[in-house]
Amino acid sequence: MLSRTAENLFWIARYIERAETMARLLEVGARIALMPSAGHGYRSEWESLLQASGTAEGFAEKYGDPVQRNIESYLFFDRDNPSSVVSCIERARENARIVRTALTAQVWDALNMAFQEMRQLERKARSELELTELTEWVMRQAAMIRGAIEATLLRNDGYNFLNLGFALERADNTARLIDVKYYVLLPSVDFVGSGLDNYQWQTLLRAMSAQRAFHWAYGGDITSKKIAHFLILNRQTPRSLITATTSAMEHLDDLAHAYHKSGPAQMRARALVGELAETTVEEIFEEGLHEFLTRFIRDIGELSNMVYNAYLSGEAR
Amino acid sequence: MTDFFNEMYDAGKVREPYARLEDWTKAMPAELRHLKQAEAEALFRRIGITFAVYGEGGDPDRLIPFDMFPRVFTQFEWRRLEKGIKQRARALNAFLLDVYGRGEIVKAGKIPARLVYQNEAYERAVSGFTPPRGIYSHIVGIDIVRTGADEFFVLEDNCRTPSGVSYMLENREIMMRMFPQIFRENRIEPVDGYADALRRTLASVAPAKCDREPTIAILTPGHFNSAYYEHSFLADLMGVELVEGADLFVEGGFCWMRTTEGPKKLDVIYRRLDDAFLDPLCFRPDSMLGVPGLMDVYRSGGVTICSAPGAGVADDKAIYTYVPDMVRFYLGEEPLLNNVPTWKCAKDDDCKYVLEHLGDLVVKEVHGSGGYGMLVGPKSTKEQIETFRIKITENPDNYIAQPTLALSTTPTFVEEGIAPRHVDLRPYCLVGEKIELVPGGLTRVALKEGSLVVNSSQGGGVKDTWVLAE
Amino acid sequence: MILTVNHVTTYRYDAPMRAAVQSLRLFPSRFDGQRAIRWDVTVEGGTRGGSFRDGAGDKVEGWSMRGPVSEVSIAVSGQVETIDMAGVLRGHRELVPPFAYLRETVATWIDDAIETLAQEAAAGADDALDRAHRLSAAVAGAITYAPGVTHAHTTAAEALDLGEGVCQDHAHALIACARALDMPARYVSGYLYARDDGVPHEASHAWAEIWVEGIGWIGFDAANGCCPDERYIRLGSGLDAREAAPVKGVAMGAGEEKLDVTVALDAIQQ
Repeated sequence: MLSRTAENLFWIARYIERAETMARLLEVGARIALMPSAGHGYRSEWESLLQASGTAEGFAEKYGDPVQRNIESYLFFDRDNPSSVVSCIERARENARIVRTALTAQVWDALNMAFQEMRQLERKARSELELTELTEWVMRQAAMIRGAIEATLLRNDGYNFLNLGFALERADNTARLIDVKYYVLLPSVDFVGSGLDNYQWQTLLRAMSAQRAFHWAYGGDITSKKIAHFLILNRQTPRSLITATTSAMEHLDDLAHAYHKSGPAQMRARALVGELAETTVEEIFEEGLHEFLTRFIRDIGELSNMVYNAYLSGEAR
Repeated sequence: MTDFFNEMYDAGKVREPYARLEDWTKAMPAELRHLKQAEAEALFRRIGITFAVYGEGGDPDRLIPFDMFPRVFTQFEWRRLEKGIKQRARALNAFLLDVYGRGEIVKAGKIPARLVYQNEAYERAVSGFTPPRGIYSHIVGIDIVRTGADEFFVLEDNCRTPSGVSYMLENREIMMRMFPQIFRENRIEPVDGYADALRRTLASVAPAKCDREPTIAILTPGHFNSAYYEHSFLADLMGVELVEGADLFVEGGFCWMRTTEGPKKLDVIYRRLDDAFLDPLCFRPDSMLGVPGLMDVYRSGGVTICSAPGAGVADDKAIYTYVPDMVRFYLGEEPLLNNVPTWKCAKDDDCKYVLEHLGDLVVKEVHGSGGYGMLVGPKSTKEQIETFRIKITENPDNYIAQPTLALSTTPTFVEEGIAPRHVDLRPYCLVGEKIELVPGGLTRVALKEGSLVVNSSQGGGVKDTWVLAE
Repeated sequence: MILTVNHVTTYRYDAPMRAAVQSLRLFPSRFDGQRAIRWDVTVEGGTRGGSFRDGAGDKVEGWSMRGPVSEVSIAVSGQVETIDMAGVLRGHRELVPPFAYLRETVATWIDDAIETLAQEAAAGADDALDRAHRLSAAVAGAITYAPGVTHAHTTAAEALDLGEGVCQDHAHALIACARALDMPARYVSGYLYARDDGVPHEASHAWAEIWVEGIGWIGFDAANGCCPDERYIRLGSGLDAREAAPVKGVAMGAGEEKLDVTVALDAIQQ
């Protein structure tokens, strides 16, 4: 497969995953905004969303104060924001247009439909659009695209590059979401373990559509340790760090098998999974959740670079 | 302007190839027609076959209007066209091989040396090189107009990279999907063998150094190009890679693709990129679209480029007037297809005539394409005519003129129902080990009433083109 | 005369480049006036690509280098036996007809000054050969040799306007003048052995060839006011300096390029 084609596939998946994360973030924001705020007002909560999405700077430049409506526009519709839902879907579709021949008609249809419907949404007056409607729409589109990929795509290297994109982006995004909770939503250590703290954790679960799953899996009171375990170390959680990292490792192993060649990316992925498998929540809290997540995000970034060098750069020999 | 040949109705009677279509249209009420038209548009949009016009801005996902009323040829009519087209494609290739070799036709005084060797499309860089099988132009698109039951004229030749073949294939696909019954009632020659034929043609011109099944790729300027859909469509149908310049590099006298498994040797490049952009070392040094060093590999026989760089010298509008002479000179045959009578403004007498009859003539730029830089005398205002008078006087070499042809019409679905609209035809002739032509082509139709300009950039649409089996 | 050439062209990059590709036109032409005894072209660390002889009779060879590339060094070493042909390119095999050398390029654009210079110089000439000699003399008179005034992209018209230039400018101006009179003309690159005069000359050299009906291509070195003789080695030709360049190359990456050329040309007395 052409390296550039692989790169396009990889990014289709990353953009779709990212669009979904943006939608989830918006939902968290909307929910928090509905709550009576405890002391420090919703303003900083919205700000934390911008931090989480990595778009705080761009937003400040364009709008200044974080007002809910502007934030919604910026994270959903704004083309100046490269991570907005609209930008992500547009870029995913453009990447798909470039590699049409590597996709099935169903996958292209799903991506193209998302794009065409999005253009219709854009033409509507904002006052006619409910935020929940928008976020649900994004998740539905993402599910359809994933479904088309799973149901129709040949299990070849292209499939592996798509899934590598999904896995690496998800690992990164989940880590950032957790990090935001711990570092930005709750700047004061005094709050740890308080009612507010738990409420914010729940919001996070909700953002990952994992509230029910959590209760089924753990039961009893919601504690930060249970939630951290659920989102980081539980292999049953579809968005947990270990699940995403394992998925990346498996698709890298598939590639190594297909190409009869293994390299540093495979080694690194295996090491990362091994490390997570042996870690306990206690150890993570001991290291400091933020420190742990920062390290993890850097590790995933390095793994992405290795994937790029091994397969996507075109310099492979 | 009433004397246009109508391909369906001749003196009030339905001509034979259209016999079965009359009932079909009669049986289609307006509502159904609108429904079907909307369905066709949705299908086109869904498969993503869109078209962008350079420099026009606007919607990059614009569709070329598709007219559901097919254009029909009998087997007999087609056979005649086919022979003429193949003959022309052979002559054009013989000409190219000659002018990059010994230049016999110039030495024999049949074509002025200046027109060939000072032509901007003449590439000194390929002179002295014989490409595999001596073929320069592997896909020849010949634009043909009809003016009567037995009158066909060649409007122009396209020896570089004629586009539009994806429309020929998709138009058929969509017609078959929407109206399966008329395909049962009419026996229509299939066109879907084109992709296989194209792949065979390209494989047959692999370099002599290639000792296995040749690896073929289509080289595109990129996804911003207006014909990108077609590039990707053809690559998919043929099962070959679609590459951009940055996907390729040269080493050790060969051209390689950058793949996830390391370099893969490439044998045949079907390029959809102008000569000027192919190789910054040889042509435009600022080109980012090409492959540095590609021409050296090409000339030393490491890779075949289709169409060959320099092929454009054969389809220049100034050279066009000499194609019948080429047929006689190289093939020793009389041309089966005629040229449109053409006045060359480079000649004083012709120029004088053109300036005196601007109101009746079509004036074209010698190097222009796509219907730009063109004057259609009878359809133009006084100001437009005067502007052209100045342009021609200033640079006569740059213009040719032709009579306004009485282009044939075929019935076309319009707002009010069905009405005659002017059409032309572009068949695609493949030149490799064999010369092949699929029975069909791209029919372009001028959708505006009375308009003679069929270019998609100027309000033209497309139709499915049928050749009836015997 | 037997001439020995040692010519090294080095491109250095301030940041490593991803890859580099060269197209070299660095091989002595084959004609009655010269014969290569030995000739070797190497790009250090590079891979030799395909080679061929083009329609104008020049041998071209491609080279490539994998990254990281911080330096491209092209070394030419050889020995050529030459004889004085009074500039006539006899016995040179080529396919491109002289007509193809009437096309204008940016560097050889004909402006009014060139047109006038050509017309005035040619007035009263006996024949084509005489006309060519007069053009060469006129260009030599109009452009004084002065290094550093012009640069690689200076056009014939600009150099004529400045009245100063180097061999490239002389050649471009002469080509433009000839074409202004409908005489096919082309740019030739090569080497010149400058002896005894004590002045260090650039040994890489360029001149023009003009097509004279009945004789063929004849070289004119307006910069030195003569026709190429046994001191000259002819490498390749083109419509202008860019086309005839002995080294065409490109390196992919963000680094800045610095060029360094050393040429040593010696004569072996027999």
